[in-house]
Amino acid sequence: MYDFEYVKPKALAEAASILAGDGEAKALAGGMTFIPVLKQRLNKPSRVVDLAALGLAGIKVSGETVEIGAMTTHAAVASSAEVKRAIPALAGLAANIGDEAVRHRGTIGGSLANNDPSACYPSAALALGATIVTNKRSIAADDYFQGMFTTALEQGEVITKVIFPVPAKAAYMKFANPASRYAMVGVFVAKGPQGVRVAVTGAGQEGVFRHKAMEAALAKTWSADALAGVATPAEGLNSDIHASAEYRAHLIGVMAKRAVAAAG
Amino acid sequence: MPQVTLSVNGKSHTVEVEGRTLLVELLREKLGLTGTHVGCDTSQCGACVVHVNGASVKSCTMLALQADGAQVTTIEGLAKPDGTLHPMQEMFREHHALQCGFCTPGMVMSAIDLVNAHPEGLTEEQIRHGLEGNLCRCTGYHNIVKAIAAAWPLMHGRQMAAE
Repeated sequence: MYDFEYVKPKALAEAASILAGDGEAKALAGGMTFIPVLKQRLNKPSRVVDLAALGLAGIKVSGETVEIGAMTTHAAVASSAEVKRAIPALAGLAANIGDEAVRHRGTIGGSLANNDPSACYPSAALALGATIVTNKRSIAADDYFQGMFTTALEQGEVITKVIFPVPAKAAYMKFANPASRYAMVGVFVAKGPQGVRVAVTGAGQEGVFRHKAMEAALAKTWSADALAGVATPAEGLNSDIHASAEYRAHLIGVMAKRAVAAAG
Repeated sequence: MPQVTLSVNGKSHTVEVEGRTLLVELLREKLGLTGTHVGCDTSQCGACVVHVNGASVKSCTMLALQADGAQVTTIEGLAKPDGTLHPMQEMFREHHALQCGFCTPGMVMSAIDLVNAHPEGLTEEQIRHGLEGNLCRCTGYHNIVKAIAAAWPLMHGRQMAAE
């Protein structure tokens, strides 16, 4: 790892101004992806700005929304009785990211800011129609994800919280890579205030995406059987040592059906 | 050079580190606590697991400076000063839950956190799932799972409720 200057600001404005003023500075949330990236010397930041002292952790559930602070760990979301009650699919998703020790450090804000094409959280944000709130603005999930490791975030923009509308039904099914536990394919289905939405992670070359054909079929009839005739083209899907694009296309159908069945 | 102040096994330390110094490097190289191992160095194997403020953490994937002000417990902090082993250590010995021993410190630290987090009881499936982040390449997990199940009543001072 190249050395860097570590700073831990006490105020959001200070963190944002360091990040805005220094193009080589990088924000550090839980570090579960960023520290491995630094170890591999894939990144050489001048400064690492730790966001841990900004008071960005916490969960607030009202009747209609679940608000999760950006620095809330996966373990906190997974074990929150309130999240389990309001959006059990979201708590369940958090409970299956990485492993126990990783969940104690990894955060929702870090996951969404990184937008790894195999990460779980982007599918929840997109399918539930979440709003990503930053120090500057509120961004709809549909506008936020802009391709692999690419988001709408600008230099100096820091996620502060994520607001999820509470859906009537939702479920997430992941076919995990047996070694890394990342999603080879993960499908999040939701029927909520923004209609029926289906988001697929782990499969697309451009990262998380909505499966519009499945959404149309489920909007007509909410049942696993309704997905029987819905095709998922292999074009645009990832092929790697773990799975071919065709296999991933098939898995999307299987995971989507299981998710709809689980959502009830 | 920046300084980090933290408590390790109940003893306070202030140490000079670099920005890039990992928590495991601080423990092993600056404090001489070599019970915490580095296996894969890619946050997969769990040999480096320690407790930070009571929660299991992979110390190879945390900066030393992130632990400023934290209470850290390592494998060296488990036994009593008179040498009496922690119940989890005792059960690992009793059930032959180790062979080469390389993964053992991380296994024990993860196992203690797992048992602490489940006062309501632990099924075998939960134990196996809870060890997802710890790799053992010789005993094959079976005796490790038995040791953890046996440590649960010792740590909670009661038997698990019958299912």
